[in-house]
Amino acid sequence: MHKLLSQDSGKEMLLLGNEAIARGALEAGVSFATCYPGTPSSEIPEQFFRISQETDLYFEYSTNEKVALEVGAAAAISGLRTMVTMKHVGLNVAADPLMTLAYVGVKGGMVIINADDPFLFSSQNEQDNRYYARLSSLPMLEPTSTQEMKDMTVAAFDLSEALELPVIIRTTTRLNHIRGHVTLGDLRPIKTKDTFQKNPFHFVCVPAVSRNLHKLLLEKYDQSLEKSENSGYNQTIGDGKWGIVANGVSFNYVRDAISDLGISDKVSLLRLGFSWPIPKALCASFLKQVDKALVVEELEPVNENDLKAIAQENRITIPIKGKGVGGLSRLFEYDPGMVRKAIAEYFGVDYQAPEGLDLSNVPDLPGRPPNLCAGCPHRATYYAVKEAYGADAINPTDIGCYTLGLLPPISMADMVICMGSSVSSSCGFSSATDQDVVSFIGDSTFFHSGITGLINAVHNNHKFTLVILDNGTTAMTGHQPHPGVDTDPMGVELTQISLEELVRGCGVKDVHLVRPFKLKKTIESVKAAKDYDGVSVIISKEFCPLFARATGQQKKVRPFQVDQDKCKNHRDCINKLACPAMFLEGERVEINSDLCIGCTICAQVCPENAILPLKK
Amino acid sequence: METRRVVFIGVGGQGNLLASRLLGEASLSKGIPAVVSEIHGMAQRGGIVESAVLMGDATSPIVSNGEADVLVGFEPLETLRALGKCNKETVVITNTHTLPPFTVSIGQGTYPPVEEIMDLIRGKAGKVISLDGNKMAAEAGNPLSLNMVMLGALIGSGAISIGPDDMKEVISSSTKEAFLESNLKAFDLGLKSAQ
Repeated sequence: MHKLLSQDSGKEMLLLGNEAIARGALEAGVSFATCYPGTPSSEIPEQFFRISQETDLYFEYSTNEKVALEVGAAAAISGLRTMVTMKHVGLNVAADPLMTLAYVGVKGGMVIINADDPFLFSSQNEQDNRYYARLSSLPMLEPTSTQEMKDMTVAAFDLSEALELPVIIRTTTRLNHIRGHVTLGDLRPIKTKDTFQKNPFHFVCVPAVSRNLHKLLLEKYDQSLEKSENSGYNQTIGDGKWGIVANGVSFNYVRDAISDLGISDKVSLLRLGFSWPIPKALCASFLKQVDKALVVEELEPVNENDLKAIAQENRITIPIKGKGVGGLSRLFEYDPGMVRKAIAEYFGVDYQAPEGLDLSNVPDLPGRPPNLCAGCPHRATYYAVKEAYGADAINPTDIGCYTLGLLPPISMADMVICMGSSVSSSCGFSSATDQDVVSFIGDSTFFHSGITGLINAVHNNHKFTLVILDNGTTAMTGHQPHPGVDTDPMGVELTQISLEELVRGCGVKDVHLVRPFKLKKTIESVKAAKDYDGVSVIISKEFCPLFARATGQQKKVRPFQVDQDKCKNHRDCINKLACPAMFLEGERVEINSDLCIGCTICAQVCPENAILPLKK
Repeated sequence: METRRVVFIGVGGQGNLLASRLLGEASLSKGIPAVVSEIHGMAQRGGIVESAVLMGDATSPIVSNGEADVLVGFEPLETLRALGKCNKETVVITNTHTLPPFTVSIGQGTYPPVEEIMDLIRGKAGKVISLDGNKMAAEAGNPLSLNMVMLGALIGSGAISIGPDDMKEVISSSTKEAFLESNLKAFDLGLKSAQ
């Protein structure tokens, strides 16, 4: 049995933040869950995927976040408790349904998990999605601990049903990926089917309907505000004259700082956990009881600006500051020391930061950026494409492990802004310049948002080559399935969609299927694609070795070694491939046989044929 | 309860996330409040992996520069790079077995001699425990048990209030049968080297 299905109410477990959210959903009786994976949200659906195989929970990895939200919306409108999870930029993709789903509302509770990523640990930007609550008028909750991630999820389902609105829970990476003690509650029974009650003058958002629905949304917004004013997640702690306002993970930094600085008798701490609608009356009475206020929030000055507006409405003139105090900026994530220092500085507390070590004589250390794994087929594909196109072609790329092709010696990434941008930007580059364009997209990303760009490319007569890196999984986020995957080895029978048929169906005439570890043939195919006058697609198919290992689909192969008698030290292997299994022993190239999985690419590249299977 | 801040630093694949999780489990079993923080995703593709365990009353999940009580480094270069987390009181426990990054192989920078790295660490940190963790893991019969060696050394250092028996109980309940013997042996080798 999955550990999150424990009936042991009251039991204490060490749970990852994302596991706590999944447990909270189960305790709330969730029966329908959808997602597109994305760091730092991916471990939530990972639990649902496994749990759905042993319970009545319906779960799917949807094609993208927009699809996930629309699938979930229908379930929630039909009356089922529904959870949809995504990373912050995923909500951009799902923003279209979100904005009007807010008008329509829900019947069964619907909770949207939105995981922001301050400091961009694994993202292309660090946008602050608290703005989406303001944009959509939907309620937003922000937990501060693993226990609260569970409890707040339960509360969010109840809130959603009471308001008949989707509720957004906003986390940040530091919450999704902490482990902490969680006391389990009861699992509620689940309702797996309900009946959709037709009501086109509520659910069909033509202008005449939506005019009424917008009014309805504003009424619900007022109800949300009332609930926010009275929520236990919004409260003032202490009654000192120094006001501090905090949300999310920053609340922990503030609480620890107050304790470390020994100023708890001087402080009033306003915690905003039901953060939208912001509880105006509560904020006003807080501002009235303090002499000055400091707002501690990562990323944008969202609460700070609202508090200033609330102060103005209430003719409160105390100083309110946030961004710019100490090290508090709009950039990256905060940490305990930074918050302690800012509080000490703002309120004039005597404080000496702990003295770090003097590291001034530490030499420049070699970097350790992440790298494609040993035996990764992307490395072979990149090599082949560079052999055919040279280094001058423009290489739009996309979001996945293969974005690491950015780094030398591969250096084959020229632009990426979002999922699917490789294909559409190739259209622009090929028309705006006379340069060759060859772009890269992963299989999962192609299904997510590459298809529309490809149809655009064919229809508008663009000329470039698109390489689809088909490694049979969504590798970067932890090997989730996607529509092109044979899911049988994962224990679920889903319909597999052929990438080749799909690409041909988009109107592409020049399609090449290659196995990247057959280097010579792959290079020939890329050259043919380069010569084609129009849109060419190369589908480069080889399993992600980590996924193959995890699902028992790995072929038995021998690792390789360098025959030092034959090797003339050209170093094409190491200089062109930079496989992490290779290293220099003095001036000689060696292969770490623990890491090498025998992909043979280096052996094919070596001009002396000096790389051979390890002798038994 | 006084807060102890333990930072684990390693390279993707060395298993430091498991080590920090097991320390969190051990805290739970001893009734000590604990928060473990991890970084997943892009950082795991052969890059630097940092995790932290805060035991005691603190609720913040991360450790600021200069504020670690213990630094457990799975690779000497990464231990040196992470010294910013330390102050003069910090106990530094480090593996001496090197794992040069691929940037060195392709000529972007050089990996300093390990003696030089160790001299720099010893010259700066207050208390340093160094061990060849990979050798001990191999001796235990499983090269992948480096994380158990390092966990053993952490417990052996006495820097935190978790005893060897409590830690071994957690290791036993979360290790597959096939690896149990080698994991416990690896733990003991690390433990002894740090006592």
